[in-house]
Amino acid sequence: MAKIEFRNVVKRFGDVEVIPDMNLVIEDGEFVALLGPSGCGKSTSLFMLAGIYLPSGGELLFDGHVVNEVEARDRNVGIVFQSYALYPHMSVRDNILFPLRFKKTPRDEALARVKAAADLVRVEELLDRRPSELSGGQQQRVALARALVKEPKLLLLDEPLSNLDASLRLSMRTEIKSLHAQLGVTTVLVTHDQIEATTMADRIICMRAGRIEQVGTPDDLYLKPSSLFVASFIGSPPINLIAGEADGGTVSVNDVRFPVDGASGSVTVGLRPEHLRFSNTGFAGRIAQIEPMGREILYVVETGMGAVRVLEQGSAAGHSTGEEVRIGFQPENSLVFATKGQKLIAGAHVRAPI
Amino acid sequence: MTTTADELTIERRGHARSAARRRTNFVIFLGPAIVLTVLFFVVPVIIDIAVSFTDLSRSLRISEFTTEQYEKVFRTDRRLSQVITLTFIYVFGTLAIFNVTFGLILAITTTAIRKVSGSFFRGVWLLPRMSPSVLYILLWLWAVSPTEAGLVNQVLMQAFGLDAPLDLLTSAPIALIIISNGFIGASMGMIIFTAAIRGIPEHLFHAAAVDGAGTFAKVRFITLPALRWPISFVTIYQTLSLLVSFEYILLLTKGGPFYDTTVYALYVYRRAFESGQYGYGAALALFLIVIGVVVALIGWRFFDMERLLQRPRIEVH
Repeated sequence: MAKIEFRNVVKRFGDVEVIPDMNLVIEDGEFVALLGPSGCGKSTSLFMLAGIYLPSGGELLFDGHVVNEVEARDRNVGIVFQSYALYPHMSVRDNILFPLRFKKTPRDEALARVKAAADLVRVEELLDRRPSELSGGQQQRVALARALVKEPKLLLLDEPLSNLDASLRLSMRTEIKSLHAQLGVTTVLVTHDQIEATTMADRIICMRAGRIEQVGTPDDLYLKPSSLFVASFIGSPPINLIAGEADGGTVSVNDVRFPVDGASGSVTVGLRPEHLRFSNTGFAGRIAQIEPMGREILYVVETGMGAVRVLEQGSAAGHSTGEEVRIGFQPENSLVFATKGQKLIAGAHVRAPI
Repeated sequence: MTTTADELTIERRGHARSAARRRTNFVIFLGPAIVLTVLFFVVPVIIDIAVSFTDLSRSLRISEFTTEQYEKVFRTDRRLSQVITLTFIYVFGTLAIFNVTFGLILAITTTAIRKVSGSFFRGVWLLPRMSPSVLYILLWLWAVSPTEAGLVNQVLMQAFGLDAPLDLLTSAPIALIIISNGFIGASMGMIIFTAAIRGIPEHLFHAAAVDGAGTFAKVRFITLPALRWPISFVTIYQTLSLLVSFEYILLLTKGGPFYDTTVYALYVYRRAFESGQYGYGAALALFLIVIGVVVALIGWRFFDMERLLQRPRIEVH
């Protein structure tokens, strides 16, 4: 197991600076997710941890030792690639055995460990097959077994679920999480899917354009997003962002006025769809569209500020398209960001207009 | 309103039309290949067989039909066993040293270094293939010239202090024909292996690196297994092309000294066109045709060449 530290790590490809200055500590045994849109540097960071890319500057530490120049094969990390990267000409057994070849593990012990790893991810029936004869989910498990067989001190997962169908993704999510609980190995997950990150990781590192935007627990990122970027990235359906002017205790957006505490100037108000409620007070609008999502219903409401999404529990029976409604919310659920700089204004809230 | 019978007629007409289209497509797509095969393979083979049963010679007159040429092949031609032995040495030597092994080394090294330098070196190795054979052999003749001006002699004498110039064309003619053919032959393997190596998904190398493989282990466990089919292909293809081609040998040594570098194909040529024994040349050539067809068929079965024609399965989905 290992504690990981990025100290002012820089990564350049030629003239392109992919990661300008990264600072991060991952505690021993933690499960963290690197979350961000494609091209944000999350996979580059992961490949630096694996030793596939070497940092261009700064220091990368495993348990307090600088590993900048340590080659991939000497780092003792396990990695699962997005495409699984199983060796196509080897049987499943040989695939899982492969990392042990280079550790001079005695044959009997190696085979026993392969068996144990295969049991762990439940692929013991498939040991004699070739990767091309496996389904996506089975390949995924084999890739996990190969990553785990050498008992790595760090497990890296690069978009491991993105090639699986929806139901399999759900069960693999649970399995990976319970594997982590069972083995306690420090795990870094790279994903662009916020649900994957929030459901699996203890902590989320939200990245944007090579920089860390916010580090925190799933709750931190959801309840107190430090910036507009994090607020819009976390949460499904996405947060409603409404730009307006705060002056003399009210935020004016077109003809709608929200009383506000603790903010002035150009602000962006963030209201999550699940925090909005149809009520007798609040701002007015007309239901433009109804999207039933099973347990919940998403309403798209045309208001004086543009379209606002409202997520309501229960059946669609109560409301219909074209209906005039009023929308309210609890002030403590509202988020206020400075439009300039796009940072959260801590402690600032708006109240629903009456 | 249409009746069932009407519908059946329409359906049948549709079938007839699609059958006609299939025939048309067959002619359009396979026609040119069939015409070429007939014109340049089937017809010459038939003519060759016909000529081999005659006593056609320099006079270009056929006086009788005879099996005399085949008697010569199996009974009286003492030189033939020497020619066949040499052909084996030449074909397998060139294949094993250059066309496959050296081609493989070139492909692996030029893909391992920076892209620009790799392309440059591959370009250099391709140059002799692109230059006319006469020019290429002319350079070889200069390089191995038995005088002090020859490139090899210059190097040996100046750098290694050799006293008298070597006459490699006389002392090592077999090595020379293998090397001069191999320098060109290696580039074909190089290109095919390079393409195959480029086709290996990069994450396999990443995975192997993380799993603990070093450079040689990566070549052994990732690169070589992925090259199994290209290697089979190059082996079969080059075996056949080495068996039937003799232009470089003819230009470099003329098959000599004496018959020392006369491989089978060149022997056929020398018998037919130098000695004017057209009938005998035709009989000898027939064996080359049979060997060629047999090797191709064996290759097809043994190396499972059909797999080359299928979608590569290297990409794990």
